[in-house]
Amino acid sequence: MSSDASALTTALSLILGFDPTLMEIVALSLRVSLVAVLLAAVIGLPLGAALALWRFPGRGALVVALNALMGLPPVVAGLCVYLLLSRAGPLGELGLLFTPGAMVVAQVILVLPIIAALARQQVEELHQEYHEQLTSLGLSRLRMIPTLLWDARLGLVTVILAGFGRASAEVGAVMIVGGNIDGVTRVMTTAIVLETSKGNLALALGLGIVLLGLVALVNAAAYMVGETARRRLG
Amino acid sequence: MNDLTARFVIEPPAQSLKGVSFTHRGQRLLGPVDLRLTGCKRTLVMGPNGAGKSLLMRLAHGLLPATQGQLRWEGRVPRQAMVFQRPVLLKRSALANLVYALAVNGTPRRQRKARAREALARFGLCHLERRPARVLSGGEQQRLALARAWLLDPEVLFLDEPTSALDPAAILAVESAVQEFHARGVRILMSSHDLHQARRLADEVLFLNAGRLIEHTEAVTFFTAPASNEARAFIRGELVL
Repeated sequence: MSSDASALTTALSLILGFDPTLMEIVALSLRVSLVAVLLAAVIGLPLGAALALWRFPGRGALVVALNALMGLPPVVAGLCVYLLLSRAGPLGELGLLFTPGAMVVAQVILVLPIIAALARQQVEELHQEYHEQLTSLGLSRLRMIPTLLWDARLGLVTVILAGFGRASAEVGAVMIVGGNIDGVTRVMTTAIVLETSKGNLALALGLGIVLLGLVALVNAAAYMVGETARRRLG
Repeated sequence: MNDLTARFVIEPPAQSLKGVSFTHRGQRLLGPVDLRLTGCKRTLVMGPNGAGKSLLMRLAHGLLPATQGQLRWEGRVPRQAMVFQRPVLLKRSALANLVYALAVNGTPRRQRKARAREALARFGLCHLERRPARVLSGGEQQRLALARAWLLDPEVLFLDEPTSALDPAAILAVESAVQEFHARGVRILMSSHDLHQARRLADEVLFLNAGRLIEHTEAVTFFTAPASNEARAFIRGELVL
């Protein structure tokens, strides 16, 4: 009991003292996840919008696949990226395995389906309301995409935050493709796993608190964006 | 074309519909319709609910493809705009909605704001310039939709029951806007089930019932001596089934 309490005190002092090891890990975590979410959004938002606007054979299957991939287990995503990037793999020559780059790739694969699938839903809903007006204005479907994405912006912020939540909280993928190398690919979640197994509960707990705070912050932001939108834009 | 009211009036090309029909899930909702629209007339599309008024306008405007038959603009395709029963405005300010329409039709960036403000002034919306379009009242939203149509400088304007959800003051604003378009030489095709409104506005009437075009006549003739039983009953205010 007392060791747990002391672990908590040490954890707080690590956070409040801006412990360099802790800060380095937090910074890398944020960098990897933010870059991954940014890339996933750049690809996923137009992809989701296109899927909402075009009708083609196999579209239904694609939508179902995308929805299913939202629940892709991180370890499986990690394994696939590992196979791609390992020395013998098709992209082995890039030498990305066990670098932050590989972790970004793995997280993009995890986050992309979330952003694309949810964006498709939102854009499709908006398109039902807008399409006659936009068609009347003479817009092609391609030109409708930026308009619809911009008008769905408030909902899409929530979508992107959901993607960030997924990226920052997962451990399986970054563990496999990053390797949890100290100072190179060690992020919050992998560090927690390691420090816990080593019995270094203070650092693990400190990281856990930061991670929890981060997730809470993201959710608070999502909530506030939604509320403001409802009040301001009706 | 800075002063839109003083442009030369070039008559919009005639539009002809030959055997046009629209079928949805095996059920024929409209047609076959044969029709020719010419000049700068105000044509009111009348008939009970479900007669196919909205459908006819959407086909004519090109929002829906006809299942059968031919729609043709004689000579060239004119500039067109449509105002809907429930205005569809983008989630941005009133001014930004108009600037957007100008951007879509290729107006140079530097002219957009000034032109948009001019249109807001014309439709009495100046004071609402920065308000989000979606929180305006129904009447204001419809006026904004008309201002947007105005900026597109259409030769043919379609209005699908633009006043059916509005109060009298807002209806008056919409009707005087329609008259302004008319004065500018725009062909108007407007659906309505309000007889009084039709009497105030119409040069000619298209009367539809159950998906068929029953009459296409001068307004005076339609209101004084309709040729069909359905139209006679409709004008007397009986329920047309």
